[in-house]
Amino acid sequence: MLTDFGRIFIFFIVGAIFTAGGLMTSWLFRPKRYYPQKLSTYECGEEPIGDSRVKINVRFYVVALIFVVFEVEVLFIFPWALIFQKVGMFAYLEMLFFLLILIVGYAYVWAKGDLDWDKPIPVIPQLSKLLNNKS
Amino acid sequence: MTFEEIVFWSLVLVSGFAALMVVISRSPIASALYLILNFFCLAGLYLTLNAQFIAVVHIIVYAGAIMVLFLFVIMLLNLQDETKLRERMNWKSFAAIALSILFLIELFYIFIIKTPTPKIPIHPSSKEIGTVEYLGKILFTEFLFPFELTSILLIAAIIGAVVLAKKKFELTD
Amino acid sequence: MNLILEPIVKILIVLFINLTLVSYLVLIERKVSAYIQNRIGPNRVGPWGLLQSVADVVKLFFKEDIVPKDANKFIHSLAPVISVVVAFSTFAVIPFGNKITLYGNEYNLVIADVNVGVLVILALTSLGVYGITLSGWSSNNKYSLLGGLRSSAQMISYELSMGISLIGILLMTQSMRLTQIVAEQGGYIFGFIPNWNIFLQPIGFIIFLVSTFAETNRLPFDLPEAEEELVGGYHTEYSGMKFGLFFLAEYASMITASAFIVTLFLGGWQAPFIEYFNFSPFVISLLQLSAFAIKVLFVLLFFILIRWTIPRFRYDQLMNIGWKVMLPLSLLNLIVTAFLILINIL
Repeated sequence: MLTDFGRIFIFFIVGAIFTAGGLMTSWLFRPKRYYPQKLSTYECGEEPIGDSRVKINVRFYVVALIFVVFEVEVLFIFPWALIFQKVGMFAYLEMLFFLLILIVGYAYVWAKGDLDWDKPIPVIPQLSKLLNNKS
Repeated sequence: MTFEEIVFWSLVLVSGFAALMVVISRSPIASALYLILNFFCLAGLYLTLNAQFIAVVHIIVYAGAIMVLFLFVIMLLNLQDETKLRERMNWKSFAAIALSILFLIELFYIFIIKTPTPKIPIHPSSKEIGTVEYLGKILFTEFLFPFELTSILLIAAIIGAVVLAKKKFELTD
Repeated sequence: MNLILEPIVKILIVLFINLTLVSYLVLIERKVSAYIQNRIGPNRVGPWGLLQSVADVVKLFFKEDIVPKDANKFIHSLAPVISVVVAFSTFAVIPFGNKITLYGNEYNLVIADVNVGVLVILALTSLGVYGITLSGWSSNNKYSLLGGLRSSAQMISYELSMGISLIGILLMTQSMRLTQIVAEQGGYIFGFIPNWNIFLQPIGFIIFLVSTFAETNRLPFDLPEAEEELVGGYHTEYSGMKFGLFFLAEYASMITASAFIVTLFLGGWQAPFIEYFNFSPFVISLLQLSAFAIKVLFVLLFFILIRWTIPRFRYDQLMNIGWKVMLPLSLLNLIVTAFLILINIL
């Protein structure tokens, strides 16, 4: 068994050598003529404004957090699937109970609105407001 | 040395090095990457114990899910100023170092000098303990109650995540 | 000696075939999209443009490599390597044929026949996030960061339904060994339909297919590199060979994803109705190999056609489909499949 996983490891190594080799060969051939404009951050031709590691939406974090919990639950189903035909009805009821609790949690997350992705609400400019501001 | 022993010791060395680098390295992303390396070594150690399921699950959950969360947190915190993270050496850190060295000596004394662990031959039944089928059989018959309790634990985790998320984060403009 | 040499030879063959396939896949994609858009496509380099890919690769080798000045140099180079290695190494567990006998020796046509093959696939898929997230972070570019983040959130959202949709197959096969899963797909339903999982698990197949599209960042799920809003997404700041590696990784993961779909749902190397003819074992092995190749090519063509058929989703739509449609549907599929097995229908 160890040798079988060892083969996957060998695959990793061979792949890494191959890609590193590709980068090395290209390093030998490619031109290296740098100047500040070339090395500046690309921002559609504008001068980059502010720090580029912008603060990100907290949504991404919430999604990752919920994902971790659900992933653990899913992994519990795998060993169940492999013994299901041997154990039969009993295993089915067990998993139904397990999934029921999972679904309660899922429904809770849904109801709390944590599965919704925040959409920015577009502000439609209104002529009357613009006129008021002017005056 | 047998093939297993070579694999074991190389994994131990690499995982120890990675664990050390997690603590030492200055950049949080580098720490995260070393932690992933450490997880891979641990998965390798599980494989030497014939526990394939645990090994792969370890990769999926820790390297695939939890570390992604960590990376998100690192990006979310936006630690541009790494000097902020630098700790000054004061009496607390010296005390911590002294105590951990003492602890290491104690462990060394207990496990190596006082009671050297004899080499236990591998039990023939250990070959199948790590397989998924065996795990499933045990989990859904003998340890059924703890298994169902796990689902309660997980639901608590979900609620915790939701409650944390509800806390209004101050978004900068 | 054989223990090390045999896998290395197999790995090199698989890598070589994959690389050739990637270069021609790019050409096929360009040709197909050209015909869909009523153009001709590349036709100048070699007959019918067949050498276009060679020219592209040679060009990439000679291109300057630009790393933006505030980027993290090491991680910037590491990210494409991770992407490519993960994309290719998934092929290690896929059986691309039954046994073959060459010069009196029998060879298994799979590199690593592990007993948790399905989970290894899921693990390697989940590692694909790193290449993209790290490239997005290390480039020190807003577009890259946003692209990388979007991509990782998308990939983890679809990983769940992907995992659950596979459980239906495990319930029927009672094994996570991929060779076993393929072997079980021999035979026929009602005597004439091949016993492939696509016919037994149609909903699981659809969920898996859609999740695969999301995992490989292909249109309609190519939000991470939506040109109109994010320039190039996570590889905005990549040029030269590193960009080439990302390109390679994208197509390589497309090939491995098609290979999974074929292995899990389309019968793998099983060639239906082959036993009605009197072929020698060697010819049968070759036919099974080509059956696998033809199925993979067919799925790849499907990938390309979908790209030019369906427009891109908006990000909130994509997350909604992942969490509110795919996840409940896959759970339902799991419960129903288990029930059907319980009452001996499946």
